[in-house]
Amino acid sequence: MTDITKETMMPPRSFLSQDAIQVFYRLLAALLICAVLAVLSDSFLSLGNILNVLRQASLTFFIASGLTLVVLTAGLDLSVGANVALSACIAGTVIHKTGSPALGILTGLACGGIVGLLNGIMVTALRIPSFIATYGMLWVLNGLTYWYMAGETLHGFPAGFRQIGSGYLFGLPIPVYLLLVFLGIGTLFAQRTIWGQEIYAIGANPVAARLSGIPVARRLLLVYAVSGTMAGLASIIFLSRLNSAEADIGESLTLPAIAAVLIGGTSLFGGVGTVFGTFIGALILTLVLNGMNLLSVSANWQPLVTGIIVILAVWLDMKTRRRAQ
Amino acid sequence: MREAAVVSEPNPLQRIPGVAIVLVLLIALFSVIAPGFLSVANLSNVLVQSTILTMLALPMTLIIMTEGLDLSMGAVLTLTSLCVAIVSLATKSMLLGLGAGLLVGAAFGVANGWLVAILGIPPFVATLGTLGMAQGLSLIVSDGQSVVGIPHSVRDIYSATLLGIPVPIVMALVTYAAFHGLLYHTRFGTYIFALGGNREALRYAGLSPNRLLIAVYAIGGAMAGIAGLLMTARMNSGHPTAGLGLEFDAIAAVAVGGTSFERGNGWLLGTLLGVLSVGVLRNGLNLISLPSSVQVASVGVLVIVALFLDGLRSRA
Repeated sequence: MTDITKETMMPPRSFLSQDAIQVFYRLLAALLICAVLAVLSDSFLSLGNILNVLRQASLTFFIASGLTLVVLTAGLDLSVGANVALSACIAGTVIHKTGSPALGILTGLACGGIVGLLNGIMVTALRIPSFIATYGMLWVLNGLTYWYMAGETLHGFPAGFRQIGSGYLFGLPIPVYLLLVFLGIGTLFAQRTIWGQEIYAIGANPVAARLSGIPVARRLLLVYAVSGTMAGLASIIFLSRLNSAEADIGESLTLPAIAAVLIGGTSLFGGVGTVFGTFIGALILTLVLNGMNLLSVSANWQPLVTGIIVILAVWLDMKTRRRAQ
Repeated sequence: MREAAVVSEPNPLQRIPGVAIVLVLLIALFSVIAPGFLSVANLSNVLVQSTILTMLALPMTLIIMTEGLDLSMGAVLTLTSLCVAIVSLATKSMLLGLGAGLLVGAAFGVANGWLVAILGIPPFVATLGTLGMAQGLSLIVSDGQSVVGIPHSVRDIYSATLLGIPVPIVMALVTYAAFHGLLYHTRFGTYIFALGGNREALRYAGLSPNRLLIAVYAIGGAMAGIAGLLMTARMNSGHPTAGLGLEFDAIAAVAVGGTSFERGNGWLLGTLLGVLSVGVLRNGLNLISLPSSVQVASVGVLVIVALFLDGLRSRA
């Protein structure tokens, strides 16, 4: 790789002000989209729709927040969607068999975490490039999930469990509270802990990071395990919201999660970006898709638009970066 | 790393063992545990079913040699297969259908190349974006439905024979010969080696690496167009999810075939053996009645093992 020399000599803290400006632009973009949608559609500003947008964005955010850490290390995790599907199906089975939602939640989180750990091992110990290792993992997980489910659908979970995804507390959907909690934890972890700063350092310049004594392999393992665990968490929310699990629920989740990370200003080349940016990214993507839905554009258009957004986001990121240098 | 000398000639002796051993082991394994595997009918079935994959894996080899990747190939094949179906249905002409598929495929290839070469977007993300676009367009043009009632002239391509050899196999052999000639016996082929090994040298030689890169991706897209014709012929219809994930089998074939993901040297015959390995693996698992989901997972494991071995070799 030839890009390890750029803008990496600065201490990570000085990124924050630059990041703040980038996040501000993205907030403006989100508001602009809101304004346009409010004009175009009567139902956009209804309370029901806004809560719906927030809940939808929180689902994308759970997957994308863990992915943000991976991308900060200049890696990629393409297996997140397939991981959600497998974790949801296994957690669903455990709940059905034991009747205990707590046990199911733990299994889902553990399944996601183990898959993430395996990704980390492939990247660190086996030294397979992350995008191809996690792409292989995607298909292994897909195969396992379809084989395990054998075309069946798990349906019907305890009412208490379903509250997690579809319940309300003080008028706000419960996933929105979870979103705030994980947004806080993620931001604190990335910006205010040594481990978080080490993750930035690894992405900015892996050689310098290793030479300065950062245990690069262990931090990478952590990052992939966190990404997997967040996919496990997303699987629980999905399970309880849909009240059912099928082998194919993960197929349309990976691209939006990557889109959210990239729209949020996290650079594919590592070392630059914030978890808060990813939240705004998830919000912008959800607003666009929600807007298309309100304007009765067929859902068939969603992959096309998401694909275009991914490419645009990377291109804009590279353009602003080039100008900044 | 990049400073290593350009590998102009592959050294087959060094690589034949890996992929050939995999293939022989798989064949030996399934001859024992899968009844009927060694029958002529089944083996020719494996060959015919491997033809579509051959058409994707050969250009994928070139793309990976440039230190690139094309994740959109399966989705683009799906889209071109639909184009073939829709246009041949409307015009009753197989050739116009093929033309439409080729055009759409090549357009996506050029777009991929443009994103990678001119905009400098990392290949796996650029082609992930175009994967979404091709998948979306497939749903839009087909409205999520199968396209049925396509003319016989399309369907017959898959079942016809030429001198007793099934036409798809003839097409795959011609494709292999063309790629072999292109890579090992033309100047363009040498440039492809240089794209992965030493891009600076191309610039010093007064060539445009960007234009060459776009050409390589365009070839990939166009081949997805031709493979789209075979896919439509095979299924006797166009289906909006027909080819999704096929790029993974292609990447698997290239990885098993010994083309390196990091050093820009590739081996076409290895890719062909890799295609056969994937074909034998899927066919054998099918014969011992394991579902396609297990086949997918096995191919995934095969890729990870192949890449691990590749990494070991590059460190040795």
